[in-house]
Amino acid sequence: MAAVRDNVFPTRMNLTVTKTRLKGAQTGYSLLKRKSEALSIRFIDIVKRIKEAKIKMGQVMNNASFSMAQVAYTTGDIGFQVRENAKTASFKLISKQENASGVLLPVFEKNIQSGNSFDLTGLGRGGQQVKNAKESYTEALNVLIELASLQTAFLILDEVIKLTKRRVAAIEYIIIPRIENTISHIISELDEQDREELKMVQSKKKTIESECSIIELKEIDEESDLNNLEIAEYSAKNILIDQMDSDLIF
Amino acid sequence: MNELYFNVEHGYLEGIVRGYRNAFLTSQQYNNLTQCESIEDLRTQLSTTDYGSILQNEPSPISTLTILTKLKETLVREFKYLKENSTGEASRFLTYMTYGYMIDNVILIITGTLHERDTHELLEKCHPLGWFDSMPALCIATNVQELYNTVLIDSPIAPYFAECLNAEDLNEINIEVIRNTLYKAYLLDFYTYSTTELDSTTAHIMANILKFEADCRTISITINSFGTELTKDDRKKLYPNIGSLYPEIQSRLVHTDDIDQVKFILESYPAYKTLLNSDQTGNGMFRSLSFEESCFEQEVILNKDAYEQQYHFGIFFAWLKLKEQEIRNIVWIAECISLKNKDRINNYIPIY
Repeated sequence: MAAVRDNVFPTRMNLTVTKTRLKGAQTGYSLLKRKSEALSIRFIDIVKRIKEAKIKMGQVMNNASFSMAQVAYTTGDIGFQVRENAKTASFKLISKQENASGVLLPVFEKNIQSGNSFDLTGLGRGGQQVKNAKESYTEALNVLIELASLQTAFLILDEVIKLTKRRVAAIEYIIIPRIENTISHIISELDEQDREELKMVQSKKKTIESECSIIELKEIDEESDLNNLEIAEYSAKNILIDQMDSDLIF
Repeated sequence: MNELYFNVEHGYLEGIVRGYRNAFLTSQQYNNLTQCESIEDLRTQLSTTDYGSILQNEPSPISTLTILTKLKETLVREFKYLKENSTGEASRFLTYMTYGYMIDNVILIITGTLHERDTHELLEKCHPLGWFDSMPALCIATNVQELYNTVLIDSPIAPYFAECLNAEDLNEINIEVIRNTLYKAYLLDFYTYSTTELDSTTAHIMANILKFEADCRTISITINSFGTELTKDDRKKLYPNIGSLYPEIQSRLVHTDDIDQVKFILESYPAYKTLLNSDQTGNGMFRSLSFEESCFEQEVILNKDAYEQQYHFGIFFAWLKLKEQEIRNIVWIAECISLKNKDRINNYIPIY
C-alpha cells in the first residue's frame, strides 16, 4: 500500500481540508464500530432466541398435530366444515417496525379477532377436542409468528452487520490510511516547496547580488569609458595642424 | 314366533355379521400394532389381520389419511354386501342405520351450497354410507331455498327437516345447530321405530344403545356449549328426547355453567359418574381417558352385548359401530406412530 493517496493539489488549504476529513473519518470509524458491535450483540441474542423458538416450535407443532389426531379420533373429519364456516380471518398479523441501532427491523404481532365461526363444531361429540386443537394451533401460530419475526430480523441484521463491518474495515484500512498518506504527502510537498522556495530565494539573492556587482562593474566600466571618452575628446588631434602627409609622388 | 321365522328371512345376514365379528382385531393384534416403529411396520402388521392386502398396493410413504380411506372402503364394502342381501324389515333397518350419515352429508352439502361451492366437488366428500338416490340432484340446487323445496323434501330424511326447520332457518341458524337438531329427530325416530315396530330383542338392545348415545349427546352438548353463543334455551332444544337423562336430569343440566356443576349433577348416577372422571383404571392399566373416549368405551361394551343375543337386528347396528370404532383405533395408532407420540397410544379401545 505504498502511498495510495487522494489526488489533491498540495496546498495549505487542502491540508486543512484533508485534516478535517481525517478527523471525520476517525469519528465515523468509532461510531460505526460501536454500531457494528451493538448489532452483533443483538444478532447473537436473536440467534439464541431463534434456537429456543425452533426447539419450542418442534414441541408445539407436535402437540398441535397430536390434538388434531385426537379430533380425528373423536369427531371425524371437520376440516371442510371449519373451512366453509370461516368468514373472516380470526388470526391476523400486524407488521410493526422496531429501531435497533438505526436498523429498522420488522416485528410481527398477532391480532386475534373474537367471534369464532366454529365455536359450535363438534357440539354433539368431540367439542372439547376441537377446542383443544384450536388452542394448541393458536399456540403453534404464536410460536411461528415469533419465529418469523426473529428470522426476518436475523436476515436483515445479517445483511446490515456485513455492511457495517465492511464499512468499518474500509474506513480502518483504506480511507484513514489514504487520508493520512495524503496528509503526509501534502506536508512533504509543502516542505519541498518551502525548501525550494528557500533555495530560490537564496539563489535569487545571489543572482541579484551578482547582478548588482555586474551592474556595479558595468557602471565602473561605463565610468571608465566616459573617462576614456573624455580623454579621447581631450586628446582629439588637430588634423590640420599635425597632419603631415607624405608627399605624393606620381 | 319371531324366532321361528327369523332365519328364513334374515338367517344368512346374521350369519354374515357373526362372521364379520371374527374379523375384529384381537387385543393381541392391537398390541402388535402399538409396538410398530413406523407406518411401514404397521402395514406389515395389518396385512396379517383380516384387512389383508388392502394397503399392499399403496405407494410408500402411506399417510394416515390413506389408511383411513382404505379402512373405510372395507367397511362400506361389507355394509353394502349386507344391504344388498337384505330383505324386508332388515333392509329397512339397515336403511335407518344410514340416516345418520345422510344427515352429515346433507349438512355438508348445505354448508357448501351456502358458500357457493361446486356441488360435484362436495359429493365426493360425502360419506358413502349416507348416499341416497336423490343426492346427485342436490347438485342442481344453486341456493338454499331451491335445495329445500326441490331436493330435501324428496330425500329420506325429509321428515326430520320438515319437523324442525323451514327454508329460512337454513340460512340463519348455525349449521351445527341444524345438524344437532336433525340428529335429535333422527335418534328419536330410530328409537321409536326399533322399540315399537320390531321384535322385543331388537327393541331391548337398540333401546340400550340409542339411549346411551342420547345421553352421551346430552352431556356432550352441555359441556361443549359452555362459553359459546348457544343460549340455554337453545341448548335445551338440542337435547334428545330419549335416554335415561331425559327429562329430569336434562332440565337440571340446562342451567349448568361449568363442568363441575355437570359433574355434581351426575354424581348421583353411577353409570354416568365415571364418564366424566378423566382418570380411571381399566383393563389393569392406568389410562387417562377423555369424556368422548369413555363414551366410546361404554358404547363398545353395549355393542358387544348385542352379539350375545340371537334373532334380532341390533347386531347389524352393533357391528357397524364396532367396526367404526376399530377404524378409529387403527387410525389413532397410526397417528400416534407417525407423530412419534407414544404416550397415549394405548388410548384405543380394544373390542375383543
